[in-house]
Amino acid sequence: QAEVEETLKRIQSHKGVIGTMVVNAEGIPIRTTLDNSTTVQYAGLLHHLTMKAKSTVRDIDPQNDLTFLRIRSKKHEIMVAPDKEYLLIVIQNPCE
Amino acid sequence: MLPASAKAPHKQSRKQSISIGRGTRKRDEDSGTEVGEGTDEWAQSKATVRPPDQLELTDAELKEEFTRILTANNPHAPQNIIRYSFKEGTYKPIGFVNQLAVHYTQVGNLIPKDSDEGRRQHYRDELVAVSYQGSQESAKVISETENLEEDEEPKELETESGSQTDVPAAGAAEKVTEEELMTPKQPKERKLTNQFNFSERASQTFNNPLRDRECQMEPPPRTNFSATANQWEIYDAYVEELEKQEKTKEKEKAKTPVAKKSGKMAMRKLTSMESQTDDIIKVSQAAKIVERMVNQNTYDDVAQDFKYYEDAADEYRDQVGTLLPLWKFQNDKAKRLSVTALCWNPKYRDLFAVGHGSYDFMKQSRGMLLLYSMKNPSFPEYMFSSDSGIMCLDIHVDHPYLVAVGHYDGNVAIYNLKKPHSQPSFRSSAKSGKHSDPVWQVKWQKDDMDQNLNFFSVSSDGRIVSWTLVKSELVHVDVIKLKVEGSTTEVPEGLQLHTVGCGTAFDFHKEIDYMFLVGTEEGKIYKCSKSYSSQFLDTYDAHNMAVDAVSWNPYHTKVFMSCSSDWTVKIWDHTIKTPMFIYDLNSAVGDVAWAPYSSTVFAAVTTDGKAHVFDLAINKYEAICNQPVAAKKKNKITHVQFNPIHPIIIVGDDRGHIICLKLSPNLRKMPKEKKGQEVQKGPAVEIAKLDKLLNLVREVKIKT
Repeated sequence: QAEVEETLKRIQSHKGVIGTMVVNAEGIPIRTTLDNSTTVQYAGLLHHLTMKAKSTVRDIDPQNDLTFLRIRSKKHEIMVAPDKEYLLIVIQNPCE
Repeated sequence: MLPASAKAPHKQSRKQSISIGRGTRKRDEDSGTEVGEGTDEWAQSKATVRPPDQLELTDAELKEEFTRILTANNPHAPQNIIRYSFKEGTYKPIGFVNQLAVHYTQVGNLIPKDSDEGRRQHYRDELVAVSYQGSQESAKVISETENLEEDEEPKELETESGSQTDVPAAGAAEKVTEEELMTPKQPKERKLTNQFNFSERASQTFNNPLRDRECQMEPPPRTNFSATANQWEIYDAYVEELEKQEKTKEKEKAKTPVAKKSGKMAMRKLTSMESQTDDIIKVSQAAKIVERMVNQNTYDDVAQDFKYYEDAADEYRDQVGTLLPLWKFQNDKAKRLSVTALCWNPKYRDLFAVGHGSYDFMKQSRGMLLLYSMKNPSFPEYMFSSDSGIMCLDIHVDHPYLVAVGHYDGNVAIYNLKKPHSQPSFRSSAKSGKHSDPVWQVKWQKDDMDQNLNFFSVSSDGRIVSWTLVKSELVHVDVIKLKVEGSTTEVPEGLQLHTVGCGTAFDFHKEIDYMFLVGTEEGKIYKCSKSYSSQFLDTYDAHNMAVDAVSWNPYHTKVFMSCSSDWTVKIWDHTIKTPMFIYDLNSAVGDVAWAPYSSTVFAAVTTDGKAHVFDLAINKYEAICNQPVAAKKKNKITHVQFNPIHPIIIVGDDRGHIICLKLSPNLRKMPKEKKGQEVQKGPAVEIAKLDKLLNLVREVKIKT
């Protein structure tokens, strides 16, 4: 358990990372480093998107599964790693 | 025969004329004078008027007589009715056809007197009549007359009256007068009974009053359920089912009830534990992936370089190549420990193991074993710490999760990466025959005949030991004791004391399993065999100082290479006692390694922080790359390793940093294809290449 905590800490302290959050299967954030309103917004929206992406991948081939989802925008990059029950979201500013 | 009928057409005209005449007369009588004038004209002209559509016949035709026969036959009746006769089986005409024609029918209600119904009515009437006998005498007369007048009266009345006249008319005239009114009604009031004697009966029961009875319960709890049925959800369900089935099968096989109980207990514990820990553990996989992604973003350019960058300048640099620095791996915990061993994982080509320890005799502290992945340069994947410095390590080829480690205190240990405890899975101890001096090299061997894992270790105490993992215990077998030749001192009583040599490096032959080379501190290299424990197969006077590394050529079976702190790197053919090539690098050489892609390329690292890459096919005398690679100038580079598939090398220094460098294209040159000739790939080519070089050298030697 401590390892996971450490990993999350490391991610948060990595260069360019703006925020991290852990969201459960229903879209409710469990742990976050950002403020509440932003978290809730991110959680809700990304949850839907991840479900859709996962559904797409699996519909094409049921033996396949979504590993992660990356959305690169002008300002930063949102990375979503879906797990069986949880969703880990990291927002990073890839320094360029 | 009526003659009149013959002259029908003529008569018609006459009739018409007559009728016309009559009609006019009538008109005359009815209407006014105007018509009358017209009628006079009409009346005068009694000549026959022919209707315009009358048949025009000749006189002969007019005189023709037509005979009409009047019969009693029904003109509408069919004349030839045919019926099928079953008796004879044919259609036969009926002889007699009914000629009866009914013009008018009416159903009447007269009943014959003698019929049943007639008699019944008669009887009833008699009864009625008897009761009103006396009062009805005069009325009878009236009724009689009435009856007689009314023809429609039923006959029974007549009979009645007839019968009643017979009865003595001893009726009071008074009654008659009183009941005059009644009596004429009475016979008329007689019920009209129906022919079928039909009567209807009905009865109504008492309707019970209705009452509602109700009962209300609490509604059952409801929840909304919604789910999607996709192809993959169905697939998931099937997979789960399969797993369950397999589990039940395994449980059945597990047999003993005691085991089951313990299993259940363990299960309960697990479930309770899981619920307590709020399941953040489950994010571990995702967290790992995300960490790598984050790192990839940060080191994006490095990753791109690693994959795609090829130094274009190499085309202009004549045969000289460069090393492009990629990632740097370091960890705080291993900060002051030098890198003592490097090894790539044979299965996962991006994973490598780093052993940390200290070469300093005076400053001995703990050791660490770290495994890094190129995908995550900021943090090691696995981390193990130990009390004593790690001096060497090796990863098993078939079991890439087993790492054999040799310690400074002479112990060897096996770490199992699948069980990431900090402690090694197996450890040697003083009892089980650990070395008395630091273990300088360990190497996994093939499994022995009992499928037990085994590895070799070499140490400064002069012993080369084979360790076997038998039933989770490390069992050691001394293979060879290194002796320093020529140093036998004769002691009285004829005993010979041998000074023990110190092994510092060894390498096993790739193909000849039992043959291996050992480098010693004295600078000698011994060729040994596993089967001969006392004798060496061969000895080479290699160096003036301790041999730091020996390595067989991956392609050529005869060639090996050695390096030493005496600043030299030497390449040998094991059949020849003198080295083929000697390179002086101006600084103590820490490590040498052959390149896996070419038989003529190798790299050497020195304590002055430089890396040298040689390609014998291109330049026999000089390095084609000579580059300082250390992170800081003071750092000494201790080890180097080539990645089996990627064109990169990792270099470790004595401050605990590992630097990953990419080889520029010049360093990786393959034999050029001559136009028209196919390029042969494979070990044979490499061997041939090296052979050519060696032959050149040998010729030179033979000449000299």
